[in-house]
Amino acid sequence: MPEAVENKPAENVKTVMQVKGLARYFDVSPPLLNRILERLPKQILKAVDGIDFEITKGETFSLVGESGCGKSTVARLIVGLYRPSAGSIEFEGRDISGLSRAEMAPMRRRLQMIFQDPYASLNPRWRVRDIVAEPLRAFGLETTSSGIERRVGELLSYVKLAAADGEKYPHEFSGGQRQRISIARALASKPDFLVCDEPTSALDVSVQAQILNLMKDLQREFGLTYLFISHNLAVVSHVSDRVGVMYLGRLVEVAPASTLFRAPRHPYTRMLLDTIPDLSMSGRDRMPVSGEVPNPITPPSGCTFHPRCPFANDRCKREIPLPIETPHGSRVTCHGVEEGRVPEGPVIPNR
Amino acid sequence: MVNPLLEVKNLRVEFPTRRGVLTAVDDVSLHINPGEVLGVVGESGAGKSMTGAAIIGLLEPPGQIAAGEILLEGRRIDNLPYEQMRRIRGREIGAIFQDPLTSLNPLYSVGQQLIETIQTHTEMTYAQARNRAVELLSEVGIPAPERRIDSYPHQFSGGMRQRVVIALALCVNPKLIIADEPTTALDVSIQAQIIALLKRLCREHGTAVMLVTHDMGVIAEAADRVAVMYSGRIAEIGPVRQVVQQPKHPYTVGLMGSIPIIDQGDERLTQIDGAMPRLTEIPSGCAFNPRCTQTIERCFTERPNLVQVGQSSVSCWHHDREKTDA
Repeated sequence: MPEAVENKPAENVKTVMQVKGLARYFDVSPPLLNRILERLPKQILKAVDGIDFEITKGETFSLVGESGCGKSTVARLIVGLYRPSAGSIEFEGRDISGLSRAEMAPMRRRLQMIFQDPYASLNPRWRVRDIVAEPLRAFGLETTSSGIERRVGELLSYVKLAAADGEKYPHEFSGGQRQRISIARALASKPDFLVCDEPTSALDVSVQAQILNLMKDLQREFGLTYLFISHNLAVVSHVSDRVGVMYLGRLVEVAPASTLFRAPRHPYTRMLLDTIPDLSMSGRDRMPVSGEVPNPITPPSGCTFHPRCPFANDRCKREIPLPIETPHGSRVTCHGVEEGRVPEGPVIPNR
Repeated sequence: MVNPLLEVKNLRVEFPTRRGVLTAVDDVSLHINPGEVLGVVGESGAGKSMTGAAIIGLLEPPGQIAAGEILLEGRRIDNLPYEQMRRIRGREIGAIFQDPLTSLNPLYSVGQQLIETIQTHTEMTYAQARNRAVELLSEVGIPAPERRIDSYPHQFSGGMRQRVVIALALCVNPKLIIADEPTTALDVSIQAQIIALLKRLCREHGTAVMLVTHDMGVIAEAADRVAVMYSGRIAEIGPVRQVVQQPKHPYTVGLMGSIPIIDQGDERLTQIDGAMPRLTEIPSGCAFNPRCTQTIERCFTERPNLVQVGQSSVSCWHHDREKTDA
């Protein structure tokens, strides 16, 4: 423990979040009686299967992937809504993965979350001012009613809503305005770290632009660190400093955003990038990608991407690849890249 | 000039409610040529799905066509009796909806559903219809169709289900398919497959498509022409390339700017402040005027008509001929 404290100013001053070997398994077995009678084995769904990443202060780190790749599970693990099956989550040098509820409480103030669905994440029977004030009351940050009122007004003004909007109920707002309310609520406890789980996927594009711009402004103003979860690569490329690409519970590539989008290395990243419908390529025929994401309960052996990978060979089918560092500062988990079988350079012609 | 396959003239869809009549689609005119893909894009509540539903005669009551005409190959279809319209649906106009799980009946195998549709619209015997169904399934890229034909919808993945839905829509070779957000429920890599499939099949069969979506990327990828809708009206309609690369209407300009593009770097996204007005609160004049940055007096009093600007048509006073001439 003293060592950790000593290390803090030297090494951990910039890394706020360090995730090591994080895993979360879900038991999706049939009921015990069925298992005995029908001799079925236990079924374990490895939603997150050993991932490592770190997030430095003030940056936006994004996790991107298709549905079922485990990105939302990571978000929930980090804010403590799930307990990890293995691995550690260090927040400012302290492992928060095994903390008890009471020990976690002060951490919760600093780690807040914005959810995907602004319709489901706000209590419809509460006034907006009570929704935004809840963290203030829960953490005892403001005790007087005048203090709460002042602070709620301030928070609403941060997200470009009027203080008078506090009197209304969530149903009186549009989707974009509701998402502003959730952001105000998340900011209420003065957090340092925000986990944003698909904050704009339920919104229309013009409203999405408003929310993304707002989130950038707030980040600059309050020095926030974001973990941003999204399936939309264009949004991710717009907001992120660094990006992790997930596939079936594993990170296949972690890289600075500029590197990842200009020179993706992992075949899956390239495939994802090539599939985005692109405004500049009107009428272009693209190579359709074959195959679909396999069932995560029975993932393929070795590298889980091998059935869809054009570069796969025998080794990919047998061995689980380990992450390797590339000269461009990215970390790729691919035998092909390691052996130089996968050609360099973007698959997509320059845009 | 070819005769258009589908013509919509001054369509108006209304919902009478206790608090007054809501106009979901307001004076929309458009046409689709044979074999053409017309994209209809807009944000939620813009009236794009309503336009599609009106064409295929599936408006949910109390919604009703209050004015205008819909012509399929020159024949009016908006005022047909239910029985006749039922024969046109499927036979001449097919439909693909957003959620493949709800558009397939979970209690019947996909084969039964395909065979039923084929037999409803043609004279085929059961065996012939079954062969045709297998053919269709293989055409939409379902592996081992002879075996999969007896599977139930829940045994397919989302992408495969959407393929089945496409097979259903195509099974009697309709001339037009209304595809309402066909890829919205799917992951990007599957979305690309489905769009490619839809494009290829429609090209092969010469089927025209009205592709309704909120995703400009999908439109850019698949459509020949695009109509941009706002508050139940058409803001701009024209060839995809024109609309995407040189948008004319201030709303289209803002919409294109607000779409994040990969590798665009850290710039701020163009922001259209505010939100689309509710149907009860559509302002007078141009519906976009509260959010528009370049309004003139006329925008608040008079509603702009669609006027030809280059290859596109735009409903905006800035582009009205009178102004450009002056």
